[in-house]
Amino acid sequence: MWQGFPIYPDQASTIAQGVDHLHFFLTGITLFFTAIIFTTIFYFAVKYRRRSEDEKPPLILGSLPLELAWTLIPLALTVIVFVWSSSLYFRNARPPAASMEIFVVGKQWMWVIQHPEGPREINELHVPVGRPVKLTMTSQDVIHDFYIPAFRVKRDVLPGRYSSIWFQATKTGQYHLFCAQYCGAMHAAMGGWVYVMTPADYEQWLSGGAKGESMAAAGNRLFGQYGCVSCHIADGTGRGPVLQGVFGHPVKLQDGRTVVADEAYVRESILNPGAKIVAGYSPIMPTFQGQISEEQVLQLIAYIKSLGTEERKPAKP
Amino acid sequence: MSERTLALAHQFEDLGQQHEAGSLGMWVFLVTEIMFFGGLFAAYTIYRALYLQAFEVGSHHLDVRFGALNTAVLITSSLTMALAVHAAQTGNRRQLITCLILTMLLGALFIAIKLIFEWGYDYREHLVPGINFVFEGKVTPHVELFFLFYFFMTGMHALHMLIGLGIMTYLVLQARRGRFTPEYYSPVEVSGLYWHFVDIVWIFLFPLLYLIGGRY
Amino acid sequence: MSHSQVQGETSPRVHYLNTSYGIKSWLLTTDHKRIALLYLASITLMFFVGGFFAVLIRLHLIEPQGALLEPETYNKMFTMHGIIMIFFFLIPSIPAVLGNFLVPLMIGARDLAFPRINLLSWYIYVVGSVFTLVAIVTGGVDTGWTFYAPYSSVYSSTHVIVTALGVFITGFSSILTGLNFVVTIHKMRAPGMTWFRLPLFVWAMYATSMIQILGTPVLAITIVLLGLERLLHVGIFTPALGGDPLLFQHMFWFYSHPAVYIMILPGMGVESELVTCFSKKRIFGYGFVAFSSVAIAVLSFLVWGHHMFVSGQSVYAGLIFSVLSFLVAIPSAIKVFNWTATMYKGSISYQAPMLYAMGFIGLFTMGGLTGLFLASLATDVHLNSTYFIVAHFHYIMVGSAVMAYLGGIHFWWPKMTGRLYPDGWARFAALIIFVGFNLTFFPQFLLGYLGMPRRYAFYPPEFQVLNVMSSAGASILAVGYAIPLVYLIWSMRYGPIADSNPWGAKGLEWETPSPPPTENFEVTPVVTEEAYNYPTQEVAVV
Repeated sequence: MWQGFPIYPDQASTIAQGVDHLHFFLTGITLFFTAIIFTTIFYFAVKYRRRSEDEKPPLILGSLPLELAWTLIPLALTVIVFVWSSSLYFRNARPPAASMEIFVVGKQWMWVIQHPEGPREINELHVPVGRPVKLTMTSQDVIHDFYIPAFRVKRDVLPGRYSSIWFQATKTGQYHLFCAQYCGAMHAAMGGWVYVMTPADYEQWLSGGAKGESMAAAGNRLFGQYGCVSCHIADGTGRGPVLQGVFGHPVKLQDGRTVVADEAYVRESILNPGAKIVAGYSPIMPTFQGQISEEQVLQLIAYIKSLGTEERKPAKP
Repeated sequence: MSERTLALAHQFEDLGQQHEAGSLGMWVFLVTEIMFFGGLFAAYTIYRALYLQAFEVGSHHLDVRFGALNTAVLITSSLTMALAVHAAQTGNRRQLITCLILTMLLGALFIAIKLIFEWGYDYREHLVPGINFVFEGKVTPHVELFFLFYFFMTGMHALHMLIGLGIMTYLVLQARRGRFTPEYYSPVEVSGLYWHFVDIVWIFLFPLLYLIGGRY
Repeated sequence: MSHSQVQGETSPRVHYLNTSYGIKSWLLTTDHKRIALLYLASITLMFFVGGFFAVLIRLHLIEPQGALLEPETYNKMFTMHGIIMIFFFLIPSIPAVLGNFLVPLMIGARDLAFPRINLLSWYIYVVGSVFTLVAIVTGGVDTGWTFYAPYSSVYSSTHVIVTALGVFITGFSSILTGLNFVVTIHKMRAPGMTWFRLPLFVWAMYATSMIQILGTPVLAITIVLLGLERLLHVGIFTPALGGDPLLFQHMFWFYSHPAVYIMILPGMGVESELVTCFSKKRIFGYGFVAFSSVAIAVLSFLVWGHHMFVSGQSVYAGLIFSVLSFLVAIPSAIKVFNWTATMYKGSISYQAPMLYAMGFIGLFTMGGLTGLFLASLATDVHLNSTYFIVAHFHYIMVGSAVMAYLGGIHFWWPKMTGRLYPDGWARFAALIIFVGFNLTFFPQFLLGYLGMPRRYAFYPPEFQVLNVMSSAGASILAVGYAIPLVYLIWSMRYGPIADSNPWGAKGLEWETPSPPPTENFEVTPVVTEEAYNYPTQEVAVV
């Protein structure tokens, strides 16, 4: 607002302005009622100051109309704010279908960010402007929190599960990234920068630099390295379920339940395979808990996603 | 203040007020205990819903017979406690002391059964989390969780029972000195409330811990 | 200001302070008034310990890289500041000092229902404090006062268990105090003291006691489970071992949200007493204020999820907790308007207690309204875990609760000690506190919206100006707190003798000498008038 003395961060995402408008409305209400109360108290304190020790105030017990007024008006205001805020929140809750995905692993005390195409960053996040980005996040150890003030997004990052946020950047530039859940000694260091680039610059950044393998390729490598390929065979002759086309589709389990094969399901199947056994298969898969890092799990998930999301009937005899 | 008839504490107007205050105090205290155990039960219930399979496996390692026997023992002890309160109300000192001692014996029996036949067995079978827990099987972390809750919940309950035994020891000693009369028996009554509460906690514990997984 | 050397009072009168001497008569007392003073001494000590950590925090944050401490040490500072201030100062403060002293007097009783349990609760408090102080002195704890798992149960290498034990033990002090008050208020009111003639302070203590009784046991069990996890390396809240970290948060906040109302409701009770006395008027809307206290206590148990909007609970849970959090604000708003309306056409004087009372209303309005930003889902996503939160709760806990506590201490000081303090100094200190407080915490609202997270041992340089402003304010605030310590202690020996009612206030506590005799009243009073029945003009308005 004022040069050199900002009162709000950059508005760099599609939701930032909406959040700021609500914030300023609330600020207005706060200042308004604070001013009313302060001035009323001050006014009463002066006007009704005690002038003599025997003066007697009138007997005033209360006033039902006033009580109703100052109950119902605040109530109405809070309802307005609730509806406004909740609709903003709801709108921001689900990422658009066409979001590009980026994967984040938080650990004491850094953020490891993996682009599906391959590049891996530490404490930095490069994204293109104008495209919705969905972050799927997990923690390797304690609870962290991924916070980009300029985008007005924040989400706790928990061990043992995935959480996600999405945003669409509207302005190129460089914005703070903070960890916002106390996580130990270097909590304050666990941050960095988000670089929003033009789409052309972003493509250039993606393809330039040390060209590592894509996440799916890394996952493919791990799939062989850890022996998954010996049971999960594409033609259905393996001891484990066929993984081609499974991601995103319902899976029928041994106990009768049906679950959707999403990221969390795949992660659990790797780290705690006994929890959900696919119908028609035996519970013989070993657990890889402690052997595979969260980053590697994400790479395996990327690989399984790359096996296609069209349902294909397995050719199991 | 320990005279037979002069049991009125200085802050109260009369024995009636004192009696009512004592009862209300005990009820309020029991409400705090409900919240205490309630928090624990809520956590247990949530995990049971999340990991039913593992909790069933754990529950099957508990011996329903001893659990049922202990339930019968405790319910009987509540009966003897109620009789003790009645005896105090009617000024029957002999019956009061007898019933208190019976209650204590039953309580001690409960703890003995638990200690020897249940916890002792669990210790030998390596089922005590944090001490010697070893379990073969696919659902291990959650089975250990079950046993953690089992030991903590029954342990908390047993601790409350021990405290109850201590309270009853005190009551017996006071009763022998002729402290309780039909006009003043409030300590016996509120201790009865406490004991019934401890009983009720067990009545919740027993099905929650022993009877899940289609054993009945 | 009226004080008088009442003729005939110069000969030594026996009252609760001089009825017996010696340390045993204090350490084994069952007199609620002496126990209140025992608490006063202990919590004042803990306040300055917690304040010491606050001083270190604000000094350290003058520089973006941190001016004073290693990050590990800084993390211990804010943790211990929070734990001590919340559990060992704020939660006991008004209930254990003013509540203990005044509740029997205000209802016309000779003591609380269970005097020995009252003494026990003080000893429990002391034992809990000792555990926590030992933990601090032998290396401290760095988990944040919220003890989130799995950091606190698995990863932290500091004295978590000893500290948690200290908090666990002290919780029982809180429970027993609440229990005592509930039974006392139900069963020991003097003849004629009906529920709706009770001073609103008593209503506030009753509502607070409800929360203490229902909420604290859940904290106790949460702490024990956390301790078991840490001790036995089992997975209750740790995912790697099969547990759920969110369950810890739900259980923790189920107590800790109502706990913040334990900290503010008593202050609201004090406020009602102060604003009526210094306006010489009946409270405006007695029934509304009384029921608002109860409504706040009930609603406080239904909103804990607003601490977890970004932690992974479902969107629908968020909606429910959001709407309930807005609702809980309404009774507080009702009270603010009623207190203000009480001043209308009153006869207002500005002694120190009234300055604190007026400051309370204003700062509570601000602090409470900033709570709306946090009940609102869309803004809370941005503001959660930032300095906005820190500012919000300090406006309530320091700007409101501590000011109400100080206002109450000053108001009832003559009753408790039989002495008057120098009001000039008291008013000066109140103003310094008000100014210092706002300078310290207002900048933090701005810091929060700009995005500075809390619990940061160092921060980006663009946040420095606001941090320095905040630290400057803190230095003023510290001076403001030191001044009353000096003159209040001074007054105990050298202050003018007070008569039974130096303020001309209404209430049974003012109808007995200052200080009161041990049994409080020579004869059990019989109540025939409504609360705050100050003399009025003949014509009734409204």
